[in-house]
Amino acid sequence: MIRIDLEYFAQLRDEAGRPGERRETGAPTAAALYQELAAAYGFSLPAGRMRVAINAAFQPWDHPLKDGDTVVFIPPVTGG
Amino acid sequence: MSSFLISAEPVSLDTLRAPLLLSSAGGYCSFEGWVRETNDGRAVSGLDYVSYLPLAQSEGERILAEAHARFAVSAVAALHRTGYLAIGDLAVWIGVSAPHRDAAFRACRFIIDEIKKRLPVWKKEHYLDGEAEWVACHHDHDHHDGHGDHGDEGMSRP
Repeated sequence: MIRIDLEYFAQLRDEAGRPGERRETGAPTAAALYQELAAAYGFSLPAGRMRVAINAAFQPWDHPLKDGDTVVFIPPVTGG
Repeated sequence: MSSFLISAEPVSLDTLRAPLLLSSAGGYCSFEGWVRETNDGRAVSGLDYVSYLPLAQSEGERILAEAHARFAVSAVAALHRTGYLAIGDLAVWIGVSAPHRDAAFRACRFIIDEIKKRLPVWKKEHYLDGEAEWVACHHDHDHHDGHGDHGDEGMSRP
């Protein structure tokens, strides 16, 4: 198991009911972690509509996770 | 030079514009996105903008660097506000100075389009009826012209 810090934004924050958390997980990739969280919180956004940032940089969904990473799922952006 | 600012407080236009006033520049172009009073037919009272700050900062700087590389400009700068904004407030500002006008116009358009596509910022609309909702994505279908969103120029008011 590894420890991952998570921050949630926009509708993910509402659905998770928290701004972030530290979580122990066996998920090997960001994609697997999102599946685990979507099952836990009932996230409505499919991963295919989002990007993922690891340690504040965009990464591919199959990027391997390591202990201490900060993971942020990026819902479709609506700035401007 | 290049500077991308994400600010929870208003910033004066003079302050934003100052770094673009270069003797190499023969022209300046800016874009301002404002909070509009309606969206999709609903009366809006204001908007909350939230950013994932470390990534929004680096991605914003990347967009400005790309504009610098693609267009013959003297300087580029941008601001995105966060926090609660009321109708008419400035939500986003882009400024470009260049030796000639064509590059200034094109770089300005490029920067606002890329911000809308890529910057990790989300807005929650507050409606006059008291409800509030996160705005649905407006470019899921390779539809990048910003229709149906806020802070965009050229939209007719119903």
